[in-house]
Amino acid sequence: MQLVLEKRAERSNTIALISPVIAIALTIVTMSILFAVLGKNPISALRVYFIDPLTDSYSLQELVVKATPLVMIAVGLSLCYLANAWNIGAEGQLLIGAVAGSWLAVKTQGTDAGQWVMPAMLLLGAVAGALYALIPAICKVRFGASEILTSLMLVYVAELFLDYLVRGPWRDPAGFNFPTTAEFDPVATVPVLIAGGRLHLGAIIALIVVAAATVLLGRTLKGFEIRVVGAAPRAARFGGFNSNQLILLTFAISGALAGLAGIIEVAGPVGHLQPGISPGYGFTAIIVAFLGRLNPIGILIAGLFLALTFIGGEQAQIAMKIPLDVTKVFQGILLFYVLACDSLILYRFRLIFASRQVPSGTG
Amino acid sequence: MRDQRMLDPTPSGLHHGEAPLLQTLGLTKRYGDFLANDAIDIGVWPRQIHALLGENGAGKSTLVKIIYGLIQPSEGEMRWWGEKMVLSGPSEARARGIGMVFQHFSLFDNLTVAENVALGLDGKESFKDMSARLREVSNLYGLPLDPKREVWRLSVGERQRIEIVRALMQNPKFLILDEPTAVLTPQEADQLFSVLERLKAEGRAILYISHKLEEVKRLCDTATILRGGKKIATSNPQAETAASLARMMVGTDIREVKAAAGRQTTVPRLVVNDLSLEPDDPHGVRLKQISLELKGGEILGIAGVAGNGQDELFAALSGERLAQNPGTIVIDGQAAGHLSITQRRKLGAAFVPEERLGHGTAPRMKLSENALLTGHATSGMVQHGFINTAATLATVDRATEAFDVRKAKRDPEAASLSGGNLQKFIVGREILRNPAVLVVSQPTWGVDAGAAAVIRQALLDLAAKGAAVLVTSQDLDELVEITDRIAVMFHGRLSEPLPTGDADRETLGLLMGGSTLERKDAAHAVGA
Repeated sequence: MQLVLEKRAERSNTIALISPVIAIALTIVTMSILFAVLGKNPISALRVYFIDPLTDSYSLQELVVKATPLVMIAVGLSLCYLANAWNIGAEGQLLIGAVAGSWLAVKTQGTDAGQWVMPAMLLLGAVAGALYALIPAICKVRFGASEILTSLMLVYVAELFLDYLVRGPWRDPAGFNFPTTAEFDPVATVPVLIAGGRLHLGAIIALIVVAAATVLLGRTLKGFEIRVVGAAPRAARFGGFNSNQLILLTFAISGALAGLAGIIEVAGPVGHLQPGISPGYGFTAIIVAFLGRLNPIGILIAGLFLALTFIGGEQAQIAMKIPLDVTKVFQGILLFYVLACDSLILYRFRLIFASRQVPSGTG
Repeated sequence: MRDQRMLDPTPSGLHHGEAPLLQTLGLTKRYGDFLANDAIDIGVWPRQIHALLGENGAGKSTLVKIIYGLIQPSEGEMRWWGEKMVLSGPSEARARGIGMVFQHFSLFDNLTVAENVALGLDGKESFKDMSARLREVSNLYGLPLDPKREVWRLSVGERQRIEIVRALMQNPKFLILDEPTAVLTPQEADQLFSVLERLKAEGRAILYISHKLEEVKRLCDTATILRGGKKIATSNPQAETAASLARMMVGTDIREVKAAAGRQTTVPRLVVNDLSLEPDDPHGVRLKQISLELKGGEILGIAGVAGNGQDELFAALSGERLAQNPGTIVIDGQAAGHLSITQRRKLGAAFVPEERLGHGTAPRMKLSENALLTGHATSGMVQHGFINTAATLATVDRATEAFDVRKAKRDPEAASLSGGNLQKFIVGREILRNPAVLVVSQPTWGVDAGAAAVIRQALLDLAAKGAAVLVTSQDLDELVEITDRIAVMFHGRLSEPLPTGDADRETLGLLMGGSTLERKDAAHAVGA
């Protein structure tokens, strides 16, 4: 008896929809085993991770707050990945966006500048993120350098640059030597949607991004170009589509969205620039993009799910002393299963009984 | 009469009383509900060249893969010298004395001939001994090869020699050849036939897969015809006519292709002036001083063995690769050498590449999206950057109706169509745009006879409406059937076109082997 993977005649849309669900189920089984090995009760650990955050209003708002940057970044990344351009450095683009926007906040601090500051900060963040993402894209197009390596390495450059700024020139003089800028002025902050809550304007922007990407990919020629270049590069060239141009375009869009997410994070929930403004949103967004099937609506759902793991992870640390790194393990296992389950879209399992074919042979 | 043939697998009666070297009994291969082979019985004796005839998809490749141990049958059995044989893999088949030469070579371009052969052998002898034996075997059979040469330097015919010599070095009793002449010039094919005659005289059995009827009539003493996975008959090909063999292969009479009488040629619509182009891939072919002129209403054929620059010429004509000088390619009076493929389409050119999946279409995208792939610039499918889905679907429907594209639903993925139906869709997609110039490469490669006839007729009709059509093909019969003039590509050069009426196979074969280009080379040498 033999288990083989057999190619399907046409891709299975059913599997394409349920593959993330299978992946999540397999991840939960694996995590339960891991919790048991750590000496924790798997049932209560899973409840702390996945059920408790959904039970109070504060956690629900926090869920959306965490999902906002994930969804925005992942939508941008999905455009890259569809076009076969591998932007791994969204975290760096996020940080550079945050820095560029913060520059305006720091410069206008205490000057009673008008309401234009916050929109201008968002714009600066997006432009800076796009420019930063274009560095690996240009290196790829011009010199053939692997964008995977260059975009990833630029994350560390951005981290250290931010670190330098808040420890040096931009440090809050009244900040007891903590590496942080002063709290931003109210005109330099993203407004909250519910008074006294944490939910902010970024959530609306994320929804607009999802809607725009849905239209782009589904209805426009540019979206079609992005999909063909990734799915069949030679056919795309035959269609007259320029893959280099699309690499630059998708990197710029994803960098802009990551930069925007970065500045919204700083000007919103955090309120000032400091190291550690992102708990790895730029990397987790890669998982969100794949879990969401590189589809904007799917990414919206996947973003909420992974936001849950961040909040659940924090609560599990407090309530059950489970290390926060377990969240990253969880996310890694999830990505692994998502990619593995995706092969079922084009292939199916078949059991082959060797005994039936060769009645009295060596088998 | 046919029934009689089916009952008796040895029509000549020569072999009665002697067990066949290889026999299959009720051999069946099932993929899901699809029967690739349906209860096939054949017997092959020593000193026999046994043809396996059939169209693409008839089940020839499946059958020989079972015999070579590459796939396992679902039912039925094989016998070797009358005894039951079960093969777990190709190495077991080779150990029995079964050798195979594949249609698609499995050679590493950057390795030498000897290294490639060594990789295919079981490796018990030293590399030096093996190289010496390689030279000996290749000389013995008149298949000269330099063991130290790298494969990428060799012609397609020479590459096939490696595969044949590799198989012969295992001293096979039973040799399978899968469409060996598909890549050869007529002269190279003749050389191959004398090698096969000699192997036969040595007492070996040969199973020869082909769909070329004349070749089978000339070479083979027995022929088994497959159609739709079933054995139709086993007969003596010399006693049959090409027409009767074709009828068994196809099942019906093939529609004859008719050119409209008295086609008018008009102004030149596609002109190539002294086009030279370096390849972008190190193993590619450099195009050298290619010139041609094609008038409206005319079909020009480009013959030649694969890999002599046809792919590079297609890329240059389509604009997938740009020429330095705009004037080297002129489409309908406009210099187009510097224009992108989209701009050339806007000038009225259309292109059909050789590879259907991955080049002509994106395999995992729907037909409507593949209609958009080449139609986005010219057919009103895009308005202000937005796709007009109704227009793309309408193109699919029109191509389906005009070219009888068979598919399971209205808008399936390209990869789910059969080769013939997908090719009809691709040709239809381009012809429905009423192009001024159509450049098409291998229009009926791997396509069933019915679809091939539809496509050839469509090319003739398009020319009759005044378009200029350039057809590159390795199938000389196809070119003779539909073209007005034929030119031959060899080593990146294009010969003077000959009127098709004057172009006999002998002359074309010589040109395909590069022989009579000497004169032309000398003429060029003056200029260079």
